[in-house]
Amino acid sequence: MISRQLIHTFFSVLLLLGMALSLAAHAEDSADASQAKQLLEALDVRSYDAKGEAIKQLAQSDLPQKGEWLEALRDGRLQRQKDGGRFVIVESDQGREWPIKDAISGEELGTATRRDLDKVRINNQLRSQLQGLAATADLDSPDTGRREAAAKRLIGEVDETTADSVAVRLEQETDGDVKARLRTALGLYRLEQGEADAIDTLRGSLDPAVRNALRPIAAGDGPLADEARTALNGIEQKLKFNRWLQTLYFGISMGSVLVLAAIGLAITFGVMGVINMAHGELIMLGAYTTFVIQQLLPGQPGLALGLSIPAGFLVAAAFGIAIERGVIRFLKGRPLETLLATFGISLILQQLVRSVFSPLNRSVVTPDWLQGSLVINDALALTLNRLAVIVFCLIVFTALMIIMRRTRLGLEVRAVTQNRTMARAMGVKAARVDILTFGLGSGIAGLAGVALSQLTNVGPNMGQSYIIDSFMVVVFGGVGNLWGTLVAGMSLGIVNQVIEPWAGAVLAKILVLAFIILFIQKRPRGLFPQKGRAAE
Amino acid sequence: MMQDVQTTSLFKERSTLLVLGALLVVTVAVTLANLLPQGHPLYVSTFTVSLLGKYLCYALLAVALDLVWGYLGILSLGHGAFFALGGYAMGMYLMRQIGARGVYGNPELPDFMVFLNWHELPWYWHGFSSFPFAMAMVLLVPGALAFVFGWLAFRSRVSGVYFSIITQALTYALMLAFYRNEMGFGGNNGLTDFKEILGADVWAEDTRRTMFIASSVALAAGYLICRAITRSRLGRLCVAVRDSEARTRFIGYRVEHVKLAVFVVSAMLAGVAGALYVPQVGIINPDQFSPLFSIELVVWVALGGRATLYGAIIGALVVNYLKTVFTGVMPEAWLFALGGLFVLVTVALPKGIAGLLRFRQGQARTAASRQEAKA
Amino acid sequence: MNKVNATLKRVRELARPDRVFDFMVPQESPVDTRHGPILYLEDVSVSFDGFKAINNLNLTIDDGELRCIIGPNGAGKTTMMDIITGKTRPDSGQAWFGSRHNLLSLSEPEIARLGIGRKFQKPTVFEALSVFENLELAMAGDKRVWATFTARLNSESRGRIDEVLDTIGLAQEYRRPAGVLSHGQKQWLEIGMLLMQRPRLLLVDEPVAGMTEQEMQRTAELLTRLAGQQSVVVVEHDMGFVRSIARTVTVLHQGSVLAEGSMDEVSNDPKVVEVYLGAPQEEMA
Repeated sequence: MISRQLIHTFFSVLLLLGMALSLAAHAEDSADASQAKQLLEALDVRSYDAKGEAIKQLAQSDLPQKGEWLEALRDGRLQRQKDGGRFVIVESDQGREWPIKDAISGEELGTATRRDLDKVRINNQLRSQLQGLAATADLDSPDTGRREAAAKRLIGEVDETTADSVAVRLEQETDGDVKARLRTALGLYRLEQGEADAIDTLRGSLDPAVRNALRPIAAGDGPLADEARTALNGIEQKLKFNRWLQTLYFGISMGSVLVLAAIGLAITFGVMGVINMAHGELIMLGAYTTFVIQQLLPGQPGLALGLSIPAGFLVAAAFGIAIERGVIRFLKGRPLETLLATFGISLILQQLVRSVFSPLNRSVVTPDWLQGSLVINDALALTLNRLAVIVFCLIVFTALMIIMRRTRLGLEVRAVTQNRTMARAMGVKAARVDILTFGLGSGIAGLAGVALSQLTNVGPNMGQSYIIDSFMVVVFGGVGNLWGTLVAGMSLGIVNQVIEPWAGAVLAKILVLAFIILFIQKRPRGLFPQKGRAAE
Repeated sequence: MMQDVQTTSLFKERSTLLVLGALLVVTVAVTLANLLPQGHPLYVSTFTVSLLGKYLCYALLAVALDLVWGYLGILSLGHGAFFALGGYAMGMYLMRQIGARGVYGNPELPDFMVFLNWHELPWYWHGFSSFPFAMAMVLLVPGALAFVFGWLAFRSRVSGVYFSIITQALTYALMLAFYRNEMGFGGNNGLTDFKEILGADVWAEDTRRTMFIASSVALAAGYLICRAITRSRLGRLCVAVRDSEARTRFIGYRVEHVKLAVFVVSAMLAGVAGALYVPQVGIINPDQFSPLFSIELVVWVALGGRATLYGAIIGALVVNYLKTVFTGVMPEAWLFALGGLFVLVTVALPKGIAGLLRFRQGQARTAASRQEAKA
Repeated sequence: MNKVNATLKRVRELARPDRVFDFMVPQESPVDTRHGPILYLEDVSVSFDGFKAINNLNLTIDDGELRCIIGPNGAGKTTMMDIITGKTRPDSGQAWFGSRHNLLSLSEPEIARLGIGRKFQKPTVFEALSVFENLELAMAGDKRVWATFTARLNSESRGRIDEVLDTIGLAQEYRRPAGVLSHGQKQWLEIGMLLMQRPRLLLVDEPVAGMTEQEMQRTAELLTRLAGQQSVVVVEHDMGFVRSIARTVTVLHQGSVLAEGSMDEVSNDPKVVEVYLGAPQEEMA
């Protein structure tokens, strides 16, 4: 009974998890449209003096679009439709058909030709005024993100017209990141002017522009070149460290995939002692569940992914239980036969998927909030989908640990695996425990499939590519030890990523396999063996 | 009192005579039928002869696997690797025989190396233009791999499913390695476009017939070697190791030596099977290393009946015939059938076809003895 | 031609199946018991995950002795046998077979070839092989792979097998697969397999567990008959059985020797009585 409750709780947690992830915030207030319109109208007047006044006003406003407008105005890309008088921005004025968008809403408006539009004109004096304003326009925005973007744009763009105002902004700026960017931008300008102490302000900056600016100087002679060389060396060191972090991140993310794929096996093989060669196909079923739900809910990939988490678990668990009841229980105590029979099942499942869907790979849409990356600095960006897989892996692992360690089901599982007859004599329903454990292990394979669908394509062969890896992880970590599986999966992932740059992906994989094969010869019980007579 | 233990010689044994006899009859009949004029009702096409030759190679591979799995209880999921290595050794010999007749006409380098812009033959390709050297490699390469791998594994007492899984990892790693062009074995495409073997045209009817007969002789020899082992005291020792490894150790046997010796013999037989397979099929590529092939051959043995040797031959022939039929008529159904076969054999037919035959025989015998008792 | 023939002759000489290369002859030296006991354990300790299974154990067995070892569950009886036969390595201490062979540096087959035979708690025979074949495999002799492959039964070894079949009372069953024997018969077959090795020391773990009264009696006779020709160490729970065969009894408790002496001395030892308090008293009496 208790175990049933726990399984309910487990599902509820899964469901909540899915929903929380799918509720992505889209709230963004649209700017005050009428104010925007007014400011634009003020630009489209005859008198250049009035225009200059309007430009100043626009620069002082806190409109989000002002930087873009000023830039467009400077380049002559702020134009007005003859028909209806709407302000548009020409995104590119190459060729005949120009792609345009609404200046206020940013909405794409298709294409237009030169004849459909009127340019908002400026003279040379206004142009030089705009030069500085456009670049620094967003620097006084209350939004830190926008200030940082503006500061980043300034790098390499600072000239005599803007240098002073940038210096002023730098004094006023409070945010550390923005400050660093402004300092870099200003430093680069001063370096161009030949100021030696500018190098000091550029030390440690990872912006590629800095390296490009320093390199020619470092190639020369004299004290300035020496300075530049040490600065460049420092930057290289920092870059190396960041690349190392990036490798580590990829390694952990690959390790998480391995752990997710193997942890279900650690339950069915490690704890129950059942060899399930169809484990990889259960992963595949989880991935296809995601694909199907996305097909059923077009346009809502986030919601679909959220629903896939419990659904993938259930589908894989159902198949797993069917395999246990239909085949495995007749082969108790005959591990080699179990291996062969479940391999047969894996062939059937593969062909089933090929017949029902297609032999081709299908791609699963990644929801917006899992696209893109978390930028730490110029050399280190963490892709969000991988980050999500890492977090997901840790959550699943923790939940599983709690189930195995803290619940009645976990206790019963351990009792049944250690001494089946005795456990039955104590009133444990061994068959029911078998079903639940196998369902749990299989369900987790399904979860792994859901997670994998966010990283790779979904296809009938995807299970096969994970089964050997999963077994290796479980055996490497020490059979029957969940912590071992976690450590083994993570370390294999990291090792693989470390080797990959100089050995290539395939050779890295071969080397890792060879390493494990040799390791198992040396320590047949894995990293964390069970000891004593019980282990015999 | 003990006269009935091990008195008949190998060549007087009923099962051995049956196997050798059946093999002889089939070989002679097929060869003669192939010599008939085309259009004769009994004519067997050369294509079919080569197909049968391929089946015989598979049968030898199955016998080799049965020796280690059926008698010693070691389930190798990587026996395809030994088969493939033997095949590659033969393939390398055949590649060297092409000479300047390749597409690029390079007298020294095989086509794929010219294509990869290589200028020199890699060191491990040297010597393969000699047939005896290549044949030695057919035995030695799989044998050496089995020796090193087995020595490591058996010494540290890796057994049961663990051994199965690491053998699978072994063949998987080899497959990935052979897919790489840098390995110098032709990458994805493997070795193909063979022209000559021992000076004879590979595609000529005479050559094909000879290779078919050679496969048959190899199968007979392989069967005799395995049977000689299994009926000796060593064979009984293998069964003892399978049933209780610890007991065997405590009565003074070095279990790891027994396993290693038999494993190496089996790997070499697999290598021979692979070497005969390649010229008849005309290609060897990394797919032969795929874990699927290795595990498929396990089901041949399982279906035929483990620990019988002749069962392995029957199993290999039946499954491969089924495969040829299925893939011709409805290819998508083959994996369903194969998968179903795995489940069926393990759950419902653990002793395989040989078990069924024996059961019928046993029934007949008890019926006969009852008759006698009545009379 | 002569040269070729000479070479051929040399090759033939090398390949002669009965040829034994000097370097392949194992350096076997007879078990030396002139200067003391046949088995000698000193200060042996072993622990599993912090649990001390054997704790400073000292034990000596004399040549030709029949020794019974008793003790409550978890006293370390089976672990002690594991150490003697090389299955488990102790954390500290020494184990000597005679005065020449350090058991701690030998592998399981090496120890078995030296002449220590072990019968497991659960009878383990080769179920798929016949009784005769079980004994044939166990027979002392060259047990290397090639020798096993070429081995043929000669009349001497047949005689030896017949002899043991008679000793263990399975002469009628010699053709039957060991798997179909009764529990008691399997135990005897296992003892028979040990005898085939001509052991100097027999380690017998719970030989009468699950036996009928009659079978037990026959086992007692068998073991008593064996002692004298070889040393026999019997680990047993059944006190009646121990009383019927024992000359010297050693009581193990928590991995070390608690008491040693004749059955009467031991059963009157207050320490022993205390240890066995949980167990039925009449068993001790």
